[in-house]
Amino acid sequence: MQRTDVENPDYFHKVVDCQWACPAHTNVPEYIRLIAQGRFDDAYIENRKSNVFPGILGRTCDRPCEPACRRTRLDGKPVAICRLKRVAADNKSDISSRIPKAPEVKNGKRIALVGAGPSSLTVANDLMPLGYECTIFEKGPRPGGLMRINIPSFRLPEEVLDEEIGYIVDMGVEMKYQTPVNSLRELLDSEQYDAVFVGSGAPKGKELVIPGRYDSDQIFIGIEWLESIHFGHVTSVGDRVLIIGVGNTAMDCCRSAKRLGATSVKVIARKTRKYFKASPWELEDAEEEQVEIVENLQPVQFLYEDGRLVGMEFDQFHSEEIDGKLVQTSIGRVTVPCDTVVLAIGQDNAFPWIERNIGLEFGKWDMPVVDPKTFMSTREGVFFGGDAAFGPLNIIWAVEHGHQAAISIHRFCMGLPVTERPLNQFSLRSTKMGLHEWSYSNDYSGATRQKMRHIELTARFQNMTTEVEQGFTPEQTKQEVERCLNCDVQTHFTDSLCIECDACIDICPVDCLTIAPDAEESELRTRLTATATQMDQALFVSGGLKQTGRVMVKDENVCLHCGLCAERCPTFAWDMRKFTLQLPYAKDAMLPMAVGIGVGVQ
Amino acid sequence: MSYIVKPKVHHPSLQKNAIGRTRRDYEGAISTLCAGCGHDSITAALVQAFWELDIEPYKVAKFSGIGCSSKTPAYFLKEAHGFNSVHGRMPAVATGAGAANRDLIMVGVSGDGDSLSIGLGQLCHAVRRNVNLTYVLENNGVYGLTKGQFSASADPGSMSKKGDVNTMAAIDGVLMALTLGATFVARSFSGDKAQLVPILKAAIRHRGFAFIDVISPCVTFNDHEGSTKSYAYTREHQLEVVQADLVLPQAEIAIDYSHGEAMRVQMHDGSVVTLRKVDENYDPTDRDRSYEVIRKHLLAGEVATGLLYISPESVDMMEQNEAVDGPLFNLPFESLCPGAAELEKLQTRFR
Repeated sequence: MQRTDVENPDYFHKVVDCQWACPAHTNVPEYIRLIAQGRFDDAYIENRKSNVFPGILGRTCDRPCEPACRRTRLDGKPVAICRLKRVAADNKSDISSRIPKAPEVKNGKRIALVGAGPSSLTVANDLMPLGYECTIFEKGPRPGGLMRINIPSFRLPEEVLDEEIGYIVDMGVEMKYQTPVNSLRELLDSEQYDAVFVGSGAPKGKELVIPGRYDSDQIFIGIEWLESIHFGHVTSVGDRVLIIGVGNTAMDCCRSAKRLGATSVKVIARKTRKYFKASPWELEDAEEEQVEIVENLQPVQFLYEDGRLVGMEFDQFHSEEIDGKLVQTSIGRVTVPCDTVVLAIGQDNAFPWIERNIGLEFGKWDMPVVDPKTFMSTREGVFFGGDAAFGPLNIIWAVEHGHQAAISIHRFCMGLPVTERPLNQFSLRSTKMGLHEWSYSNDYSGATRQKMRHIELTARFQNMTTEVEQGFTPEQTKQEVERCLNCDVQTHFTDSLCIECDACIDICPVDCLTIAPDAEESELRTRLTATATQMDQALFVSGGLKQTGRVMVKDENVCLHCGLCAERCPTFAWDMRKFTLQLPYAKDAMLPMAVGIGVGVQ
Repeated sequence: MSYIVKPKVHHPSLQKNAIGRTRRDYEGAISTLCAGCGHDSITAALVQAFWELDIEPYKVAKFSGIGCSSKTPAYFLKEAHGFNSVHGRMPAVATGAGAANRDLIMVGVSGDGDSLSIGLGQLCHAVRRNVNLTYVLENNGVYGLTKGQFSASADPGSMSKKGDVNTMAAIDGVLMALTLGATFVARSFSGDKAQLVPILKAAIRHRGFAFIDVISPCVTFNDHEGSTKSYAYTREHQLEVVQADLVLPQAEIAIDYSHGEAMRVQMHDGSVVTLRKVDENYDPTDRDRSYEVIRKHLLAGEVATGLLYISPESVDMMEQNEAVDGPLFNLPFESLCPGAAELEKLQTRFR
């Protein structure tokens, strides 16, 4: 098997499962260590570098990092990465002096941003400190986009939104509220802007056109309904509420209905639980609030009595899984009584304000053609990001789109090709402090995942704004930070130093290591101390060792990063080195293009 | 040594043996020896061997004397019995324990100092008596605990870490054991578990004294150029003359003996040791031939390894003395202590 190239920044990056899975590649182990040391300000700033909204995301992120977490493969539950992020945001002091400032003297370039959601705000965050003048056009009265009007306050308090958005707006972004852009052509023709960024989201809720849809004022579209609640236009709801659809918007809808006074709330799903789009934790939170989730129903029609909505009729399915595929067969009709129905079956993009003859190509599903690396459309100088680019994703994706688009915009405005981009770099530093001392907490903690404290049910249903999650206590935080395995502290191997004494193999608690004759990867995986069946987890393979020519093989899968291999190594062939990924942002876009190698600090 | 203990968590695929235990259940405390010590690999091999043999740790007694090697019983089978005895006097203690409870599975761990210097006499007599003991001599050629003086097994001409040349002749444990009538003699290398584990398993199953000399490099004082007990030197000069494998009674039927030149030696409990000879003329059941071949390799500067000699006719100390079956603690009190009248009768016989 090919000797592993650890000079490639991707190799060690991939070992940090959480950071690899995060669209913005937040340095999770580093901020968890900072929290462990009580350095909440530093932890917050470390977060902010990549994800811009630690307080918001610490409550609402879709957490792609957590299913990836190595800890899951050891004790079944990932580190509570997301809620630890909130710990940093909750406990920080005034960090405003550490937020980058826009310079007095501008660089003469002006950028128009459409929509004040997370992607536009990220672009402004990255470009303002470089001297750009950014103008955000927002159709609503306040910034935040869907973060503000679609996520209920009992999950995300307004103060948190105001604070984190404020850090960006206060850099001097020109905010044009209640100013929808009605024509992109006009915006471009005004020639006031050097580039345009479209971060207008996916603002249109999907319709469900079945008999009776338009005969009642008690049938709503999910995201519009949430927006109306936010603005106070909707303040009550029928006793019996049906939510159609089972994504995260449906979860926000059903929980909002409870707070508006509904006594019976049912979420209607066409498929079975395994296929639900909602995150498992959002389902749990809804069920905790006595929301009933009903599977295997497909809407047929709305039912009326004397012109009043009284129920819905559904096709009922029997579901079974055949060869890993869900097979549903109809077993008849059922009627479910209700007074209000909320349709939460998905969102669509809508660009009625973009003319189709301005050189901006539209493709499949009537979506603009956007380059997935540069985020530029087919019209030079017009960039897309967030849900407007590729349809509904989540906040953390919007942030990453914003970072990438900002790099492109900077290069574009400087007259450089946007397709040439700065590459990731990394540093690798030994954490060895003494014979058995490391500059990280290497001892394995057997603690189980801490459970988030929730405010009691009676208190939470009194209004829309009482936050349900109470955050971690200091004791919980102390336990949870120690569950992190420090996957960024890498096991680094130097072939030429190894004397093949087997000490590392004997000590490894999780049988990661083997010295074996070289072979093809498929064969090597079966010949290890413990067979390496997790195919998405890499094998590290050394060069031939000097005494026998065999190779050192490490299965990265369940390594605890406890450092015992390095402690038991007599020749320093194994070392624990902290990997720090250096991601390029707009400020780095003008550096000479990286030559694709890591800057290894030995 | 390490400041942290080895975490209890293990690989999700870690197997259980026939008595429902994982390999991790056969471990002991974390080693306090130097990082890279050969002894730690031998410890790991012992853990593996006991696990593979499905032995309940409480049926095992571990014995040792003094020295780096003699610390190692703390690092495996934490649930087993143990006796860390006086320097060089481990064989006497083990002999006594074995006499009191012949059902104990006894393993002694010693070093070249404990066995070939201060304890040489004890070792010789334990071999002679054929005590039912697996005796592992962790051989590194130096006194590690006292900073690396030559031991009795240091080869003439080999050099100390500081460059002094050893001028005295070496005692070769294997040749000595053969001349004393040992019924099981093996040599292996800590860096070769594929060879060592089957030898240990066969030794544990052998009824009688099983002597295993294991080259176990001292990384701190004897792993340099000029050493003949280093990792590099041993790898270069190791010559496996016999490949041994232990086949348990219940697994025997599945093995096809028709191919190859494997020799089979039946053990007392019905298990079979298969021996594949690398050298056609070698016969591991012929004591004199074995001695001759091992000595020839020794003179040629080669370290002959493998299960070098095994006696199918081993009769251990307890059998020789026609001792009672089972441990003494199972005897009824009247048999153990038959009273003054019986004692008087016995004494009369000697008057």
